[in-house]
Amino acid sequence: MMHILHKYQYFILYILFSVLMVFSAQQEWINAYIQLVIMYIGINIILSSSLNIVNGYMGEFSCGHAGFIAVGAYVTSVLNVWLFASDRVFGPAILGEYWALTLFPVTLLAGGLIASLVGLLVAIPSFNTRGDYLAIITLAVNYIVKSAIENIQIIGGARGFMGMRKVVNAMQDVWDIPWMMVFILFFTGFTVWIIWRFVSSTYGKGIIAVREDEVAAEIMGVNTRRMKMTAFMLSSGLAGIAGGLFAHVLGYINPGSFTIMKSTEVMVMVYLGGMGSLSGSVISAVLFTVLLELLRPLQVIKWVVIPLMLILLMMFRPEGIMGNRELRDFFPKHDKK
Amino acid sequence: MTKNNESLMSFLQINNLTQRFGGLTAVQDFTFDLQQGVLPGLIGPNGAGKTTIFNIVCGFYHPTIGKITFENQSIVGKRPNKITRLGIARTFQNIRLWSEMSVLDNLCISQHANLGYGLWDAILRTSRYQTKERDVHQTAMNLLEKMNLQDHAQNRPKNLPYGIQRRVEIARALATQPRLLLLDEPAAGMNSKEVEHLIELIAWIRKEFDITIWLIEHDMRVVMNVCERIIVLDFGQIIADGPPESIQNDPKVIKAYLGNIEE
Repeated sequence: MMHILHKYQYFILYILFSVLMVFSAQQEWINAYIQLVIMYIGINIILSSSLNIVNGYMGEFSCGHAGFIAVGAYVTSVLNVWLFASDRVFGPAILGEYWALTLFPVTLLAGGLIASLVGLLVAIPSFNTRGDYLAIITLAVNYIVKSAIENIQIIGGARGFMGMRKVVNAMQDVWDIPWMMVFILFFTGFTVWIIWRFVSSTYGKGIIAVREDEVAAEIMGVNTRRMKMTAFMLSSGLAGIAGGLFAHVLGYINPGSFTIMKSTEVMVMVYLGGMGSLSGSVISAVLFTVLLELLRPLQVIKWVVIPLMLILLMMFRPEGIMGNRELRDFFPKHDKK
Repeated sequence: MTKNNESLMSFLQINNLTQRFGGLTAVQDFTFDLQQGVLPGLIGPNGAGKTTIFNIVCGFYHPTIGKITFENQSIVGKRPNKITRLGIARTFQNIRLWSEMSVLDNLCISQHANLGYGLWDAILRTSRYQTKERDVHQTAMNLLEKMNLQDHAQNRPKNLPYGIQRRVEIARALATQPRLLLLDEPAAGMNSKEVEHLIELIAWIRKEFDITIWLIEHDMRVVMNVCERIIVLDFGQIIADGPPESIQNDPKVIKAYLGNIEE
């Protein structure tokens, strides 16, 4: 019994934490604003830790993360509005409220899947292109996605797309609990869990070998192409899931939300936390989101203060909060063999 | 006699290998038959094309012309990780360890080609993952012990002395479970004591792991002590091939290294 408790301690703690969060939101112990901030934190954790796969662990410089977020956001939103809400363009709801609730995670995963396929646009060029040149490709992909969406009129083009609120309401009609909070907590845990298992396996450490010395990795038997493909697809797929969640929290998305500005925001979180540190990404996502909210009164000046902090960070602590260490590295290990 | 044995004995066979980079011919018409168990040395002045040949054998370059077979299988055009899986491993002239990872991780990751599990096993931590991961770890630890590196398992290579880094790199190559090991100037940058250790180490590795070694080296002590056959390369072409004693006195070799003395 103790053994099981010990083995799954983080898992159990996270479940308890999630239940507590959902319950306090349900009981309105925490107000709607705080709930929103908590949901943003969850989404940002998914974003920063997924970008960390590429920028941190694999050592490439992807600056087009927003493109993948956009793909996930639009795919999930369109699917949900088409299936579960009556909409001017897509007509009446095809499936009932119960389906909205059960299929919502599926549509999120579908958004992630499509986003990971768009990730191939970066993954395939990455076989032979690296460094600055690959960074330019990621930037281009970001613009391709944004401009493509702007030009598809059926999903609103530059005006944006809405109706996701109805989907969330449909879910809440079935059972009135804060569903978005539930799904965000679930997918945040899911993301961290998947990434941790990936990068702590010998298989996943192949991407760190690519970062450290790609030539050596290739010659020592690491299938660098497969590793790059896996890293990019996993990273963009998780970003897509975050995008779907983001769209449903906001209830409205437009291509303007997914520019290089958004990509930069995620990059700031990765570099603030430390490249190649999963706990760093989580910590920095929390700090950064809270900081953004605290600086909200500054309005536009916020975007003077935050980049300024980035400059200071790069000058005085370029390795970020955690460097490439994990939280557990700071505690002595008990379970040796 | 030799004809009969050829199909049986063929280990690494290189035929008419030519590599051009733009207008430069780095290797020209290189033909070489490496027999299992023989330790040849590849020597020659800087820029003679030695490392290029290793790079081609590893699949890092695809030759302009030529055939290479390893244990009767053509390896030209295969990707490096496939060739590693077939049983060829190498070290580098300038050590290329993954310096931010522990020595143990270095030895684990180099078993990637024979890992035997994939992404889903890693994420779901299947029983296959558990078994294979334990094997990988065990293989790495055993190797470290054999190479007397167990104390450095958790260290990062960048913090280790040069001679030890060389040993770690050889251990990492051995972790791929090769049958042919290519050593590219293993003595480069070593002091004379370390060179002595290296000579012993190479002899010991051949016996212990029962593998064939092919060596590029400048240090004549290493070449004369461990090589059973020497190929001398100059401007991408073989200028001499034979046992060490005959190479030592070959006028063409002396000329390649020292220039034309008579002029």
